[in-house]
Amino acid sequence: MTPLAAHAAIRFGLGARPEAPVPADPSAWLASQVAPLPELPGPGLGDIQAALRAQRRDIRHPGVGDIFRAEAAAWAARMITTRIPFAERWANFWTNHLTVSRRAFQTTAWLGHYQRAAIRPKCFGRFEDLLLAAYRHPAMLGYFDQNNSTGPTSAIGRRGRGLNENLARECLELHTVTTAARYSQQDVASLARILTGWSSGRGEQFSEADGFLFRADTHEPGTKRLLGREFPPGEEGGAEALRFLANHPATYRALAAKLARHFIADAPSRASLGWIEGAFRDSRGDLAAVARAILAEPEARVPLRKLRSGEDYAIAMLRALGLGTEGAPALLAVLTRLNQSLWNAPAPDGWSDAATEWAAPEQLMRRLDWASELAGRAAAGGGTDPETLAQTVLGPLARTETLAAMRRTGSARDAMIVLLASPEAQRR
Amino acid sequence: MKAETLERRSFLLGLGGAMALGGTRLALAQGPAGDKRLVVVLLRGALDGLAAVAPYGDPGFATLRGPHAPPEPGQEGGTRDLGGFFGLHPALARLHDLYVADQALVLHAIAGPWRSRSHFEAQDFLECGATQRLPDGWLNRALAAMPAETPGSARRGLALGIDVPLLLRGPVRVGSFASQARARPDTQVLAALARLHRADRELGPAFAEGLRSRGFSSGVLAGLEPPPPGTSGFVTLAGSAARLLADPRGPRVAALELGGWDTHATQGPRLAGALRVLDEGLEALRAGLGAAWAQTAVLVMTEFGRTARINGTQGTDHGTAGVAFLLGGAVRGGRVLADWPGVGPGRLFENRDLAPTLDLRRVAKGLLADHLGLNEAALARAFPNSRDADPLPGLVA
Repeated sequence: MTPLAAHAAIRFGLGARPEAPVPADPSAWLASQVAPLPELPGPGLGDIQAALRAQRRDIRHPGVGDIFRAEAAAWAARMITTRIPFAERWANFWTNHLTVSRRAFQTTAWLGHYQRAAIRPKCFGRFEDLLLAAYRHPAMLGYFDQNNSTGPTSAIGRRGRGLNENLARECLELHTVTTAARYSQQDVASLARILTGWSSGRGEQFSEADGFLFRADTHEPGTKRLLGREFPPGEEGGAEALRFLANHPATYRALAAKLARHFIADAPSRASLGWIEGAFRDSRGDLAAVARAILAEPEARVPLRKLRSGEDYAIAMLRALGLGTEGAPALLAVLTRLNQSLWNAPAPDGWSDAATEWAAPEQLMRRLDWASELAGRAAAGGGTDPETLAQTVLGPLARTETLAAMRRTGSARDAMIVLLASPEAQRR
Repeated sequence: MKAETLERRSFLLGLGGAMALGGTRLALAQGPAGDKRLVVVLLRGALDGLAAVAPYGDPGFATLRGPHAPPEPGQEGGTRDLGGFFGLHPALARLHDLYVADQALVLHAIAGPWRSRSHFEAQDFLECGATQRLPDGWLNRALAAMPAETPGSARRGLALGIDVPLLLRGPVRVGSFASQARARPDTQVLAALARLHRADRELGPAFAEGLRSRGFSSGVLAGLEPPPPGTSGFVTLAGSAARLLADPRGPRVAALELGGWDTHATQGPRLAGALRVLDEGLEALRAGLGAAWAQTAVLVMTEFGRTARINGTQGTDHGTAGVAFLLGGAVRGGRVLADWPGVGPGRLFENRDLAPTLDLRRVAKGLLADHLGLNEAALARAFPNSRDADPLPGLVA
């Protein structure tokens, strides 16, 4: 394995697997993954509505939990076994950017569907289409309490209900322009008015759609002003506003910075930022073009500069050990131990990419504990040679002092603990 | 008592009395084999046999180890006497009690037939019972020759810990048992990781702080202070093994393992800590087995010994022959069994290690034959290509 191939698997992929080394041309291998993601099977909107209905009748009904567990297991199995790890990382990045967390329990049933149906099909398309797909999904609408946001002078609003600014505020602050755009409280309220009526249907029981539903009777009438622009009333006004925000220069800059922090460094250079921002501008937010620009950025080729999040670390280790889909429960369990349980970010800003977030004493001790268990199982399972494992995990990026320390240990198990808990295994 | 003392002397003088007995092992196999218990304790990392059982009677020893040779029996902090020539490390106090009660046998200058000094290869060979890697272990193949468990009973074989060691892997299904406590890497592994992290600006301080918060100060990692209490799951596991083995419907053969023996640096305190854990674990086995202890043999073995001389960092490097222990109520103990090769000038293997004079496979085969009642064909299956290592008779009563 060349250093570049190892780097491609570690930084852009999810870590190498023993039986699937990175092909001789790592750049071509990565570029080939910039393509629409395959559709995934799973419960549909109707199935989810049925489970929610059952849960409303009986809080102990297992339907919602079953759906979540099946979706989580499918995600975990995919992470461990996928042969298009860059594309999967890309989908995870956008899922995290447009975070919906199950800490808001009403989202639990929708989360798997959200990534499968809203994020994945759009994450190599235009950012505006990705944003719209997310904002039309019941997961997002439920997470930010958008379903009951009512225009004060709409038909329903006149009976005393009102606005909920939650989605509008996070849209501006987190998903699009960020505070760098210096929007005002009036802009927030205005976007909230624009988005009134955007909600999820309650399914056939209420003779409503299973998914997105525009409720004209809660929509605030009239033209609204947002960041100096006017938007017409109606569902189309919301879509126009979101497209406007998605293609705002401040959005391009913010997204470029976030991508650079994920794929290049915690403190990326101005040149890197400018390069990715340029790709956004030149392609009008085509995420495939942006992905290709990142892959071509020379600074993205400096290896092991990023600290792995708990999720990144766990996935990479299980892949290196050659686990198959049977490793899914172990992955989900360790995510919880590493304080990053699946689709469960503490806040709408999602999981951090910064080293300061992950280089914590207890985090590292938990990784060490888990590495020790993994190494024990690998040693007991036989057939895992520590040096071969080092080749899979790091290839030529393994430091000589780490390899030497491995050789000085007293058992294959201890050698693998040293490898899996080594500083370079914490990096990507 | 007199006869026993004489017997001890005859062995320690290298007369090899038991080996000369030969050919009587079938006569020695007695009692219902179904009640016998065999426990194998793997010491991973290579125990220094010369430190665990010091040949203080060999004039070459003091020269060889200098200030690292422990005080002789009777002196302050001295070894515990094993019949006038060998002294047992003071941390093995309870093992010494068993020796005095004729329930512990010490086997010295012992080694398997491999000479590579590679932990990984040697451990695999130690467990698979061959000098090439096999997918299953000799103890599992031995289980295949034993009567299958009766309905309602536990599996005959039991692996203690999170994993099934190669020793017990194979076609016969074995049970496994792990305590709730997660096994922690041993201090040396932590010390190596602490070194690897030290220069890392992002991870170094956090890693060091994490270790400190778990009680591993720099002094502990340097081997200057004992590790924090409760770091070994071994004693707990040994106690659990004993309770399971004591059950009339429980397993009959068990394997457990203990690391921390790879003492390349500051061997003194490290080894003392590890031996203390071993001693406590063996005592937990004895206590937990209760009446079944009388039917039990425990084989404690390691992949190879360590260099006879101390290296430049107050430790020892990978060597050849070392020590093994056999204990239990069924064992003919109170003896040191050794054809002592000497450690004086010109006596070391490759001028570096204690020379091997006893093949570890002979001990294992002797146990399987006389303790578990395996016939010759079954022994040959457990240890393929081992005709040069005939079963050692007279290990058990």
